[in-house]
Amino acid sequence: MAVEKILKDDASEEKGERARMASFIGAMAIADLVKTTLGPKGMDKILQSTGRGQQVTVTNDGATILKSLHIDNPAAKVLVDISKVQDDEVGDGTTSVVVLAGELLREAEKLVNSKIHPMTIISGYRMAADAARNALLQKVVDNKEDAEKFRSDLMKIAMTTLSSKILSQDKEHFAQLAVDAVMRLKGSTNLEAIQIIKKPGGSLKDSFLDEGFILDKKIGIGQPKRIENAKILVANTAMDTDKVKIYGARVRVDSMSKVAEIEAAEKQKMREKVQKIIGHGINCFINRQLIYNFPEELFADAGILAIEHADFDGIERLALVTGGEIASTFDNPESVKLGHCKLIEEIMIGEDKLIHFSGCEMGQACTIVLRGASQHVLDEADRSLHDALCVLSQTVNDSRVLLGGGWPEMIMAKEVDELARKTPGKKSLAIDAFSRSLLAIPTIIADNAGLDSAELVAQLRAEHHREGCNAGIDVITGSVGDMAALGISESFKVKQAVLLSATEAAEMILRVDEIITCAPRRREDRM
Amino acid sequence: MALAFDEFGRPFIILKEQEQKSRLRGLDAQKANIAAGKAVARILRTSLGPKGMDKMLQSPDGDVTITNDGATILEQMDVDNQIAKLMVELSRSQDYEIGDGTTGVVVLAGALLEQAEKLLERGIHPIRIAEGYELASRIAVENLEGIAQKFEFGPSNIEPLVQTCMTTLSSKIVNRCKRDMAEIAVKAVLAVADLERKDVNLDLIKVEGKVGGKLEDTELVYGIIVDKDMSHPQMPKRIEDVNIAILTCPFEPPKPKTKHKVDIDTVEKFQTLRLQEQKYFDDMVQKCKDVGATLVICQWGFDDEANHLLMHRNLPAVRWVGGVELELIAIATGGRIVPRFQELTPDKLGKAGLVREKSFGTTKDRMLYIEHCANSRAVTIFIRGGNKMMIEETKRSIHDALCVARNLILNNSIVYGGGSAEIACSIAVEAAADRYPGVEQYAIRGFADALDSIPMALAENSGLQPIETLSAVKSEQIKENNPFCGIDCNDVGTNNMREQNVFETLIGKQQQILLATQVVKMILKIDDVISPAEY
Repeated sequence: MAVEKILKDDASEEKGERARMASFIGAMAIADLVKTTLGPKGMDKILQSTGRGQQVTVTNDGATILKSLHIDNPAAKVLVDISKVQDDEVGDGTTSVVVLAGELLREAEKLVNSKIHPMTIISGYRMAADAARNALLQKVVDNKEDAEKFRSDLMKIAMTTLSSKILSQDKEHFAQLAVDAVMRLKGSTNLEAIQIIKKPGGSLKDSFLDEGFILDKKIGIGQPKRIENAKILVANTAMDTDKVKIYGARVRVDSMSKVAEIEAAEKQKMREKVQKIIGHGINCFINRQLIYNFPEELFADAGILAIEHADFDGIERLALVTGGEIASTFDNPESVKLGHCKLIEEIMIGEDKLIHFSGCEMGQACTIVLRGASQHVLDEADRSLHDALCVLSQTVNDSRVLLGGGWPEMIMAKEVDELARKTPGKKSLAIDAFSRSLLAIPTIIADNAGLDSAELVAQLRAEHHREGCNAGIDVITGSVGDMAALGISESFKVKQAVLLSATEAAEMILRVDEIITCAPRRREDRM
Repeated sequence: MALAFDEFGRPFIILKEQEQKSRLRGLDAQKANIAAGKAVARILRTSLGPKGMDKMLQSPDGDVTITNDGATILEQMDVDNQIAKLMVELSRSQDYEIGDGTTGVVVLAGALLEQAEKLLERGIHPIRIAEGYELASRIAVENLEGIAQKFEFGPSNIEPLVQTCMTTLSSKIVNRCKRDMAEIAVKAVLAVADLERKDVNLDLIKVEGKVGGKLEDTELVYGIIVDKDMSHPQMPKRIEDVNIAILTCPFEPPKPKTKHKVDIDTVEKFQTLRLQEQKYFDDMVQKCKDVGATLVICQWGFDDEANHLLMHRNLPAVRWVGGVELELIAIATGGRIVPRFQELTPDKLGKAGLVREKSFGTTKDRMLYIEHCANSRAVTIFIRGGNKMMIEETKRSIHDALCVARNLILNNSIVYGGGSAEIACSIAVEAAADRYPGVEQYAIRGFADALDSIPMALAENSGLQPIETLSAVKSEQIKENNPFCGIDCNDVGTNNMREQNVFETLIGKQQQILLATQVVKMILKIDDVISPAEY
């Protein structure tokens, strides 16, 4: 008698070897997909969305690529997930983490094929990951005490991060921008205070950092275009007709004259409101919501600059920058904290007029204006800069720094190799495999740059047998170089996150011996 | 099929539309049911034990879950077969009752069914088998009590509790830091436990997760963590010695339930209405201020105007806090949930030593920590981990550990793990079998064999020779009269589970045996399956 079917119609079940194979293949496919974007000579991908307009994105940011993929393989989803988390947590290394996890699984597949139990592989990987982390910890450099050196560390990290992106041509310029911006934050990781404005036109080199704040808005007509020593009221209030918030209220009149009266009352109400706002002794009023023509006119009469419809982020940032509070009621002017800045003026970037606030009270915020040939370039520049900013802000908090260019991987691999030799039992094979996976990263970097990876990695390995070696892959000259001299650095936090998340993800996928896929929800059900 | 004839020989139909229904009866029905039950057990069999593997489940919406928790696997499996659904229920009831051993119970039931199949083939009546199983299960449970040991623990000596939780956690993916996790779970349970009454309310333990960071960063917070931030970005991020007003009414003008209309037809009315409106907001904020609240936690939203007023009057506020969290906050801070502003009085305020906002990573995620509460009996376990699936799995593992710790507080008897309890029971049942005359004897022996299948699965999953290992351990138990010998899954070198510190709770094990026997009895009693045909 046939075994009854247990699962629902469209659900499927894969077991043992097949399940493992499905997850290995899925995970490796994802890793191979983003592999070519790794390193300074990595290539970009074009992503076309299926949505309306079929928007095109050009990027080499691992997280962005993976985010936009529609994936069905569950193991692949695990990898996409870790890259997303990497992006949220440290902002960079999103490609490396996926590639490393993929390599770990590739090695694991070989081991499984030679009849080693996945649990043994996992325990080997765990030991190896610990050893690798300790190796990194021993080699970190912390220059927090020395401000000068720390800054140069930051510069190096920013340049290393940016060198793999579209900004690599002007990486020095952008690294400077990013470091300046992050240093202004004074240790906070709140990247919201750094505003990035993208304006097509000009070249990437024309991008600049502005210490003030730039709001992408126009100044109302007939209002002053330039205010010195501005007193700013930041508000979130309705400046159209005030809605009556009492439930169920409505206006019911029986004659035209009454309508006129009510209208007059309404106008009066608005006028009073405006009067109250003016009563704060301000000369600039910024509202999150719309400002109708009538109040705008009143403001113009009073010589007050009124800016309407600043989005919520803009308002919050403005409040942060100018030190004012976001107000919604205006009855006690004496206790509302106003924002201050030295100068408000309208500036032109390209063809657009923007409002520029300079000399603000709080020095934390700043604006980076990106210029570039096309929207795609700008978007990618934005993502790259975001990566750099994230890494820098994390580094400011955890100032431990490593060298780059495959150097950390070599260090870890060496230590892990050492461990493999000391460990008895089958685990040592897994530890060996771990070190091979680590070596895969410099190999891929070299491959992507069109170099002879086997030769280079072998050379690197030989170099690293000397104590205190700084050798890494110098992609520009295509040889082994001294990373310290070349100024290629990476943040310890990023490397550690890459190592740990990749191991965790590989472990998770390895532990699976069965995949049960439920029937996909029918589309009709949802409607 | 179900066709009957009346006294004139005319057929009449008993089942409605019977030709459209498929039907199995007699031995066929039993065999089909057993096959289905076994199929479910087979899926879970590889997840058993510290070296058990995980399952990857893809939900109808494409979300991926990776787990080795039996209850979760079965719940998400989208099972269609009725008997398989019974097995799912079985695992779920173990989960509700005990919280741990959800895999073991299904594997045991599967093994019992397998033995029943063999007995059926010999022509033994299913009811006799069921009766035999019942007898055997009673012997096994009694035997468990015989080999169980009590152990003492107190608030100062939590080591035994930690050890037991570690046994539970060692089969999960978190076993990398099972020590930390077990300690967290035990401390959390002890914090909320009422040791006098031996009662633990697990609702007071909130398990909150956030992706990012390492598993090692998981922490126990004596207080509440809410995934919310202050309603106004400029409110203070850190408040000390807080008096919390917990409100379930929005900062908005009241909305009477009865339908009404306010008609405005003159200017005067328009103006009074306006003033009235402003007064509402002002009154609300003033009320909170008057009773001495320094933080407002509200289940609903605020109007922009109210928000600013709160900010203005220096009264930090949190909005859109969920009902469950609100209750927890109320318990933790000793406050009362106030449904109307009029009822706000100073003694209804909750107290907390410190409220702070903490931000994570590069995104703007913030969470609110409420700590040093008046009543420290509510705690939060805050889990960090590499990815979402990891966090979810950790949550499930922690839940299991919490349940185990709770069970130990309810009843501090333990048995030893690693299959040792099952082997001991199997020996006892086997020995008792000979005393029963009649067909049941065979069923009882079958039960003993079924019990063996758990250590067998453990050995198999750990990569040991199952039959060899099991027979070695069994003979060791009999020879040394030592019921603590089990399968050495972690390759430590000793079979004595007492030395390995592998414990399980007595009630958990008893419940497993009883529940599995019950379900198997139920399945055996079915001799007719009528199901609507496929359409």
